[in-house]
Amino acid sequence: MNAGFKHYYRRSTNAFALTLSLFAMVFGLFWLGWILYTLFIHAIPALKSTVFVQNTPPPGEKGGLLNAIVGSLMMSGIATCIGTPIGVLAGTYLAEIAPNHYLSKITRFINGILLSAPSVVIGFFVYALVVAKSGHFSGWAGVIALTIILIPVVVNSTESMLRLVPQTIREAAFALGAPEWKVITLVAYRAARSGILTGVLLAVARISGETAPLLFTALNNQFFNSDLAKPMANLPVVIFQFAMSPYDDWQDLAWAGAFLITLSVLAFNVVARILIRNKNARH
Amino acid sequence: MLDTNLPVKIRVKNLSFYYGAFEALKSINLSILDRKVTAFIGPSGCGKSTLLRTFNRMNELYPKQKTTGEILMNNENILDARQDVNRLRARVGMVFQKPTPFPMSIHDNIAFGVKLYENLSRIEMNERIEWALQKAALWKEVKDKLKHSGTSLSGGQQQRLCIARAIAVKPEVLLLDEPTSALDPISTAQIEELMHELRKDYTIVIVTHNMQQAGRVSDYTTFMYLGEVIEFNKTHKIFTNPDQKLTEQYITGHFG
Amino acid sequence: MQSSEVVASEQVSTFSKSITDVALKRQAILNFGFRTMTWFAMLSVIGILLAILLALGIGAWPAIHTFGIRFFSTSEWNPVTQEFGAVVPIVGTLITSVIAMVIAVPVSFGIAIFLTELSPSILKRPLGTAIELLAAIPSIIYGMWGLFVFAPFFAKNIQPWMNENMGPFFHGPPMGIGVLTAGLILAIMIIPFIAAVMRDVFEVVPPMLKESAYGLGATTWEVLWNIVIPETKTGVIGGIMLGLGRALGETMAVTFVIGNAHHLSRSLTMPGNTISSSLANEFTEAVGELYTSSLIELGLILFLITFVVLAISRLLLLRLRKKEGLQS
Repeated sequence: MNAGFKHYYRRSTNAFALTLSLFAMVFGLFWLGWILYTLFIHAIPALKSTVFVQNTPPPGEKGGLLNAIVGSLMMSGIATCIGTPIGVLAGTYLAEIAPNHYLSKITRFINGILLSAPSVVIGFFVYALVVAKSGHFSGWAGVIALTIILIPVVVNSTESMLRLVPQTIREAAFALGAPEWKVITLVAYRAARSGILTGVLLAVARISGETAPLLFTALNNQFFNSDLAKPMANLPVVIFQFAMSPYDDWQDLAWAGAFLITLSVLAFNVVARILIRNKNARH
Repeated sequence: MLDTNLPVKIRVKNLSFYYGAFEALKSINLSILDRKVTAFIGPSGCGKSTLLRTFNRMNELYPKQKTTGEILMNNENILDARQDVNRLRARVGMVFQKPTPFPMSIHDNIAFGVKLYENLSRIEMNERIEWALQKAALWKEVKDKLKHSGTSLSGGQQQRLCIARAIAVKPEVLLLDEPTSALDPISTAQIEELMHELRKDYTIVIVTHNMQQAGRVSDYTTFMYLGEVIEFNKTHKIFTNPDQKLTEQYITGHFG
Repeated sequence: MQSSEVVASEQVSTFSKSITDVALKRQAILNFGFRTMTWFAMLSVIGILLAILLALGIGAWPAIHTFGIRFFSTSEWNPVTQEFGAVVPIVGTLITSVIAMVIAVPVSFGIAIFLTELSPSILKRPLGTAIELLAAIPSIIYGMWGLFVFAPFFAKNIQPWMNENMGPFFHGPPMGIGVLTAGLILAIMIIPFIAAVMRDVFEVVPPMLKESAYGLGATTWEVLWNIVIPETKTGVIGGIMLGLGRALGETMAVTFVIGNAHHLSRSLTMPGNTISSSLANEFTEAVGELYTSSLIELGLILFLITFVVLAISRLLLLRLRKKEGLQS
């Protein structure tokens, strides 16, 4: 192999590989663009004001998604209120109280398992724990399932965000005679607050799109219901059931719901990103 | 020779400190005089910062460390397990190498320590904050922006804020751990000037890398090497006519 | 070596009496309370996992007891005769995931290279953000798109051609739904995940390292292949495993398009089933203890599979890290 050929070979390998990477980018964006385009095309005509004021209709009739929207907001909201403090405190234990304790090491590993656990399995667990015991599906069961999905996300982000807080700031607070809990709550949380908040937002985004666990827990409710002890309508399950149905009106509502969910999930993500960016810009 | 009639604030007796199996401080004996500036000098890793951090038991934040011996502050052994470490730290202020403003307003930065163990009215608190900022020679620069974030200040201002924060709780001892090593020369000069003022009210211990600084600001100087106190005397004596050969070598820049 | 002894004169003040013992005691109690709260929160994470394993184990016990090891060797799934075997959904889960990985890994790799090395700097940020945002889109959206848009398109335009030209593994009635479609949609879903992780790890390679290779006259590709990838392999593997975990456990995107058929077919374009789609489709309608229990055992198996994937990736990372530790 002479030098000229070798050079040519290297150059063309390079060009070939980089062209492939360009194609990969186009390939990836192509599908994703197609999906978003589909979502828009189907959802825009289906998004009428009735969507927000009427409840889910019986088969073949027109209606809205009000009960499902309210149910989703209630369950996600309550799950966030319960899961966030637990997740933040557990993350605090891992990052601040005892980072090297064997329990922390076990918890970190277990949290990883929970993070990657299929959400359908968590729905199953809550079914066995709550639904099977009480004999009926309920909003509370849905809340528990969503809380279990939310906690590991918050634990993980809280721990990593607290670890980014410079130790010197903690030392400075300790040096003033502050007890540990004040150092953590007043100084470390404060320094990591946008990071922790971002983690919570991303966790909320994640649970607001979860469908599988709600199928076995909150199930669905054709009527408006704000009683968490009863089965509760929610956007993901309504979308699933309506999309799989043969009725055009139901399918339209499914698209409208899909659009609303995507929009809110993306909004959570964008806000989270802005929070992080502002923080980085300040320092 | 030391003035034997001056009161001693901190007396260190046979103090040893271990990181795991490593003996970082070897049976230190030392007296820190009340309302004087004492400087710790020595090459990197000689244990001067470690020694300073035993005075407010800062080292205890980390695992695998052990301290033996005694540190008497006003004749109380602060290493005693019965001694409340938070009380100790509230009485021994510390300023660090890098400025450490808390992520909150200038006002809240100073109020943080005061609020821990004192219940002040809003007016009293504002007076205290002004007093501390005056002492730290920062008041004029920040009096109109107390609500601004502490992190928005310049490096030198941040460090003076940290000094104000430390003296706001009215400590008896002020520990300064290379307080100017991250600052520009002008800010450094301001901090040094501040030390001249503060020595009237506080016992100050300063760790410094900079021998000229030790010469400028301190009344007494301790030269440390490999975890031992080699020589302790009046600064003037250490810098002009040290008793130990090692001290002389270090002062004249032969190692370090 | 200590200079002359200093005689302590009268103490100026008794040390530290202005802080009351009551205040300190109060702080100590609050501190203990806070620590206890974090401790319980930490324990609850462990408790959740134990409870999941326990509940699934108890729920699955009738099936485990009845079928034993047979559960893994029979493809029968018959609620009428009460005979259940997990072969079809397990195989379906593995095949769809393999298809997804075969497509997604090289594409994600290409995207990550594009984003770190090729992209004009104006596009870097928007494209990177787009990829990250797309990872956040709920999977049910991918499922709907697959069912309503991709499957009909696939059935009309691609499957007839496949039937003629690609042999028995891609032969079947042009329905659009099936194992191959499910794998493809999974691939599209996990591409952003893997690509985002790979891009992140590529970006932390010290520029010095790359520059020194460029300085020797290496091409972009050679720098990537010989410097960046060996340097970041742990992160790359982590990203791939993350994607694999997603693909294995994904429910909704698959349920829409797999066809929910409990039999093994030689052709990838035929309907099939995965563990998660069986659960989603059948669980609320399952009657009888053994049927429900068999489904719960499927759930337990799925959980264990994802657990094994996570454990393997952790072990791999640990070993790689150790090796690197020895080298340096």
